[in-house]
Amino acid sequence: MSLTALKIENLSKSYGKRLAVKELSLEISPGEIFALLGPNGAGKSTTINMITGAIRIGSGRIEVFGHSIRKDYLLTRRLIGVMHQEIVIDTFFTINRAIKIHSGYYGVPDDPAWRNTLLERLGLVPHLDKPMNKLSGGLKRRFMIAKALIHKPRLLILDEPTAGVDVELRHSLWEFVREINAKGTTVLLTTHYLEEAEQLCERIAIMDNGSLVALENKEKLLDRLAGRKMTLTLDTPPTFSGDIFSSLNISTQVEGNKIIFCLKDGILPGNILQILQQNNIQVLDIETEKPALEDVFLTLTGKKPLTRKNNNCL
Amino acid sequence: MKDSTPHPLYVAWLPFVTLLKREILRFLRVSFQTLLTPVITASLYLFVFGATLGERISVLEGYSYAQFVIPGLILMGIINNSFANVSSSLFMSRYLGNIVDLLVAPITPPQLILAYTLAAMIRGLLVGSVITLISLGFASMPWVHPELCLVMVFLASFLFAQFGLIAAIYSNTFDSLSMFNNFIILPLIYFGGVFYPISILPPFWEQVSRINPLFYLIDGFRFAILGVGDASPFFSFGFSLTLSLSLFVWAAILIGKGYRLRP
Repeated sequence: MSLTALKIENLSKSYGKRLAVKELSLEISPGEIFALLGPNGAGKSTTINMITGAIRIGSGRIEVFGHSIRKDYLLTRRLIGVMHQEIVIDTFFTINRAIKIHSGYYGVPDDPAWRNTLLERLGLVPHLDKPMNKLSGGLKRRFMIAKALIHKPRLLILDEPTAGVDVELRHSLWEFVREINAKGTTVLLTTHYLEEAEQLCERIAIMDNGSLVALENKEKLLDRLAGRKMTLTLDTPPTFSGDIFSSLNISTQVEGNKIIFCLKDGILPGNILQILQQNNIQVLDIETEKPALEDVFLTLTGKKPLTRKNNNCL
Repeated sequence: MKDSTPHPLYVAWLPFVTLLKREILRFLRVSFQTLLTPVITASLYLFVFGATLGERISVLEGYSYAQFVIPGLILMGIINNSFANVSSSLFMSRYLGNIVDLLVAPITPPQLILAYTLAAMIRGLLVGSVITLISLGFASMPWVHPELCLVMVFLASFLFAQFGLIAAIYSNTFDSLSMFNNFIILPLIYFGGVFYPISILPPFWEQVSRINPLFYLIDGFRFAILGVGDASPFFSFGFSLTLSLSLFVWAAILIGKGYRLRP
């Protein structure tokens, strides 16, 4: 039997008549950093809440390291550490007290060495005796990560971990997640920062309207759906017909003396250059641009980019 | 092969102990509100009915009014505080969202119920004990059946801890939570024979009072202290025990199903 850190089979959940998650199936291998992406309301948090037990499963099955989260819920909850999307803190206590309480909730006696490591690594030591409600948003988020890790989970679930935190903290959190992962913890991440998923994850799943619309290795996903943009600068504006590339079945776009190609489906720059050479067309410069996950995301979820010029091949 | 090796130092009962400790620390952190205020309120009642007005009132032959009213005031403190501890803590956890910390932790429903219940009982019994100590300055009590006293205070605190759990689950707003206290508990206490024996009421109202479940708790407790009451102590005990167990089952079903906790 193959080992999976997380196995989801035909998972569905509805709220009244609205189906929040529809027949979702996916597997995450141990040691992976896996991204679950999707626009607001796609069903990501509902899925995570079903995995952790915060909400009940509608239908389907979830296994954590081979154990059913229904039958073996006491065990699977010990295997999972979760940082929720909303800031969830116990306002009655200081960081120091709250983190000890959280360890106890998981049946783990206080381990000062591990507790101090977490608090130091997350920069919480100077704030140990501050009441929770006096902490800044960034400190609360750091505390929530410490809380998720205090019982040394095998599967760490981060639901929008860097939402609303500054760039510096975001990067330090990424570094910390990589370290935790390198020590053997599997990570499931949802994020709105697509750069975060690109930086951290090997495989990516994209959800939209409760359904899975993509699940692939990051590089393959980018190559398959976005392609690489190649811009050729010619000595003069092109006068030839686009038909010369018909054998490649490739779309072109002309801007002045530049011609832009989208390299998808195994088409290489050499294929295009060869055609241009055969037609005695002089190329002055070649520029290629890697596709961004954002482009794939926008395509699959049917959203249009709002903040940046869409210069992709889609 | 199943690879499932969570933290090796797992202690199965620690989640329960931690939640119980958390609940106790919570009410101790706001002890002015949770312990001192009810004690002051009860002390004022004792002063008014024990040292001043009480000397002019006699409702039970052979006993001063202070002796009559003290059992009711002790039980009122226990009931109010046991109820308030669970209902406010659980409701606030739901309201603020940190209930999710418990929902995703390896805590069983019985552990959750027991931890909330015990913490509520501890607060209720602490308040009750302090009121008892203060009452010694106003009247000496015969303590006729001390073992029954203990049984009745444990039952009262347990029963209202369960009611607090139920109220916290059904309430969606602070308003609806306060309705449980203002429109259910308070009238039941005041009409339950804390300040007067129901035997002095006209027959119709006496019969109405007998359908008030709190009457049996209060009357049973008063019987245990003074040796006299309006109802049979066996019936009072049996009724209170049955009601306690019924509310426990109700709370257990709600929490076991995750009603309004785990959508």
